[in-house]
Amino acid sequence: MTPILAVRGLARTFTSRDGSATPALRATDLDVAENDFVTILGPSGCGKSTLLRIVAGLDAPTSGEVLLDGRRIEGPGADRGMVFQSYTLFPWLTVIDNICFGLRERGVARVEQLAIANGFVAKVGLVGFEHHYPKQLSGGMQQRTAIARALANGPRILLMDEPFGALDHQTRELMQELLLGIWEAEKKTVLFVTHDIDEAVFMGSRVVVMSARPGRIKLDRAVPIAHPRHYSVKTTAAFSEMKAELTEQVRVEVRAAQAGAVAG
Amino acid sequence: MKPLTAVTPGTRLALGIAFFVVFVVGWSIATFGGFVSKTFLADPVSMLRSGWTLLANQGFGWDIGWTVWRVFGGFAIAALLALPLGVAMGAYKPVEAFFEPFVSFARYLPASAFIPLLILWAGIGEAQKLALIFIGSFFQLVLMIAVIVGNTRRDLVEAAYTLGVGDRGLIRRVLLPGAAPEIAEALRMVLGWAWTYVIVAELIGASTGIGHMITDSQALLATDQIIFGIIVIGVIGLISDVLFAWLNRRLYPWAQLGR
Repeated sequence: MTPILAVRGLARTFTSRDGSATPALRATDLDVAENDFVTILGPSGCGKSTLLRIVAGLDAPTSGEVLLDGRRIEGPGADRGMVFQSYTLFPWLTVIDNICFGLRERGVARVEQLAIANGFVAKVGLVGFEHHYPKQLSGGMQQRTAIARALANGPRILLMDEPFGALDHQTRELMQELLLGIWEAEKKTVLFVTHDIDEAVFMGSRVVVMSARPGRIKLDRAVPIAHPRHYSVKTTAAFSEMKAELTEQVRVEVRAAQAGAVAG
Repeated sequence: MKPLTAVTPGTRLALGIAFFVVFVVGWSIATFGGFVSKTFLADPVSMLRSGWTLLANQGFGWDIGWTVWRVFGGFAIAALLALPLGVAMGAYKPVEAFFEPFVSFARYLPASAFIPLLILWAGIGEAQKLALIFIGSFFQLVLMIAVIVGNTRRDLVEAAYTLGVGDRGLIRRVLLPGAAPEIAEALRMVLGWAWTYVIVAELIGASTGIGHMITDSQALLATDQIIFGIIVIGVIGLISDVLFAWLNRRLYPWAQLGR
């Protein structure tokens, strides 16, 4: 099967003002199949967000390329929806208008915008909050709106950069279930960055582990747990086994990152 | 009192009025108590009395009208031109690099020092007064608007791009609405400054306006009229400021949230 997203030899080096170069990502290859849910796991600063930002078109690679449906990505576009870790709802728009943002940009008729947006309002459980402003919502509700806003635009792939990273533990778990439920129903392709191993295993049908900076993919595992997943799978043997393996792999990288930080 | 703890609107209003009362009481003690000579400072009662005479018999209402029109006229021209330039500078860094040094320089040119030149160029008519207010407010506004627009949250910009906006859409649908409440606040502040420029403009070479009345009164040593004129300026300034602030709150309710 041809992948929907193909990352080919992607590398990114940041150059600081004094001319010193910091490699963030090196020669990375990754294929994402249609309807797959791929989680990218790695220690902080390993370049996983850089990878996602390049796929989104918000950053440009130093070398290599990203192909979406075989076409080279040159910049951001509505075909790749993104949910950020920070709260990025437009504070001057209500929940419903935030969700309509991309549709309106494409000139979709208002009636149709509202029909689509209301559908997603229901899916993310925000009925009754359509006319609230973002500042009137909790962090979890803001991220649910952000997910609805990205999905309403009908992107080919949904990019998520630690979307639940700023939420408290309980909210985070509920959000994971919500997103997983939506994905199981809608069969979207998702690329999901996280440093939380539980989250990576629970959400992903495939987990990709990145090495310490400069990041590259060191491990690529299918998650042997069937969908639909109930939160109770977190206590199964298959889950624990996978988690144990990934914990070991990530620990090595965190150690390497710390050693690198001390050395350099 | 605890730092940064809010007070109720009622207390706020009462405290605000209380200081005006303290001020008038202090003024009354100084004048009625004979501590200050009448030649230098009129008492509140004779100030009000001569204010009434000014309004009723000397057509001071007409002067007030002229002054208000000059302030709003000059300010409106400055705002209309500063808005597109400021937004362009905030959004496009090359535009900013081109204009910013000159505007920063022009901002420090004292507007009142232009009066002799403006009289030479535009005479002592309305154009000269509007031009002075324009010089006083335009450059300040441009810089403030450019900074506000330039400070748009980058994560909102990125979010908008991933939702498919182009550069024009970004300006129209993200930069402008996001900056609007702060731009409105900047306009409100600079309108306050425009009030000081209009009086300066009217002190020299004017035949109408509050500033003109004050210069006339100076020749007569009528401190009661001078003070009345100054207070009228303050009151109108305060009213326009309150109206402007109210309008901003009505137009941008979202910006009030979480304050």
